[in-house]
Amino acid sequence: MPGKRIFVSGDEAVAEAVRLTKPNVISAYPITPQTVAVERISDFVEDGSLKAEYIHVESEHSAMSAALGAAAVGARAFTATSSQGLLYMAEVLPYVSGARFPIVMMNANRTLATPWALLSDHRDSLSQLDSGWIQVYCESAQETLDMVIQAYRIAEDQAVMAPMMVNLDGFILTHTYEMVDLPGQKEVDEFLPAYDTGNKMDLEDPRAVCYAAMNEYMEFHMKQEFDMRNAPSVIAGVDKAFGEKFGRYYSGMVEQYRCDDADVVLVALGSVCGTTRAVVDAMREEGQKVGLVKLRFMRPFPREEIMEIAGRVKAMGVLDKDISVGYEGIVFTNINSSVCDLSTPPPRINFIGGLGGRNISKEDIRHMFNQLFAIAKGEKQEKIQFINVGCDYNG
Amino acid sequence: MDKPKVVKYDKPECVEDYPCGAVKAGHLVQNNAAWRVFRPVIDQDTCVGCLRCFLVCPDGAIDKSGEKLEIDYNFCKGCGICAHECKVGAIKMVREGAEKDAG
Repeated sequence: MPGKRIFVSGDEAVAEAVRLTKPNVISAYPITPQTVAVERISDFVEDGSLKAEYIHVESEHSAMSAALGAAAVGARAFTATSSQGLLYMAEVLPYVSGARFPIVMMNANRTLATPWALLSDHRDSLSQLDSGWIQVYCESAQETLDMVIQAYRIAEDQAVMAPMMVNLDGFILTHTYEMVDLPGQKEVDEFLPAYDTGNKMDLEDPRAVCYAAMNEYMEFHMKQEFDMRNAPSVIAGVDKAFGEKFGRYYSGMVEQYRCDDADVVLVALGSVCGTTRAVVDAMREEGQKVGLVKLRFMRPFPREEIMEIAGRVKAMGVLDKDISVGYEGIVFTNINSSVCDLSTPPPRINFIGGLGGRNISKEDIRHMFNQLFAIAKGEKQEKIQFINVGCDYNG
Repeated sequence: MDKPKVVKYDKPECVEDYPCGAVKAGHLVQNNAAWRVFRPVIDQDTCVGCLRCFLVCPDGAIDKSGEKLEIDYNFCKGCGICAHECKVGAIKMVREGAEKDAG
């Protein structure tokens, strides 16, 4: 099947990408907060266009457990979740990463209860940063489709062997429609070879998986950490190979948009980067040197890139669509850990917005850039600033 | 099933040499019975050699290779299933250290 242009939702883009990657097993729990991605995939299995075992399970915990079981016999496995569902499968996430099973999962970023809000923010996936999974955040349905295809090649790389979570903003991307380029099957087959691994159960050569290692637990996890450090170069290589094959490049770990001579930059994840680009363009027209740092991967974290950017700007803002209650935005903490190694770090502001799907408008982003210009000039600013709050507050 | 054997384990010299995921199955690298509270003791005069205990032992800790059934206390966890299942009452569970205390 040759490539074509299709008009689809973000969910459907994921489903189309999954069909192209030919997983052997899909496990899914179809109730809220699940998206329609797994419904579309079940249509493909039913009509025979995807030859896979489709396992209907009774919870997200079971969805990830079933995917783990499939991976344990050498199958390429896929599952999808969102919000509370991700937290319900949280127990199984380190099982998968520690056993080095390269499962790929779509996560529709949606907020956590309570209050129940349904709409998009990043509190769900950012709560799982320490689970040993690679995390990428996508800006569009096209990028999500492309990253699902890239994800298997990254995760299954022998130098990495780690599961990967492909995040897209709930509703903003999952439930809106856009034109996307759908690659052809032949080209995807050439780009993504069939999964072949020694990390599986095998009747001819009995092997132990998910074993106990009381005395050497630490060494096994050091090995896991060292292999994860290989991921950035593998991600860059896969990005290049994908670009050469399909004509779309995503800049690896971090995309810098008009950052070359920027005085102030805003770091952001996911779909809000689209709005931010428009504001950057508008402010550049007015002669203001602003830039967007699109943080694509949260794990592994692009320490060197962030240090390099922070080292040449006058102020850096971090937009968190999350909050670690009792401290600050989770992305901000991660950024600070890299930036603090600089001898003279730039002043930084943590903007917290978009919680529970609260809109972040162009005006909001312009306001953030203005706050960054102010702190760059030495004006005193609150370290943590809430964006688009509906009433007064005293903090 | 033969009773488990402890095999020589070549611990990797370097973290990078650790396996990525699956390891060759069947490697017991240390004795594994530290948490036993009761130990099963076979009365060889009562035992009829039916092998029921051999079959039900979850740890494969009962050895039938010799003339008599023997329990490998390096692997027996003291679960008591063998004593529970023995139809002739040949296996008694004795509290660890009880003989010493009695003495």
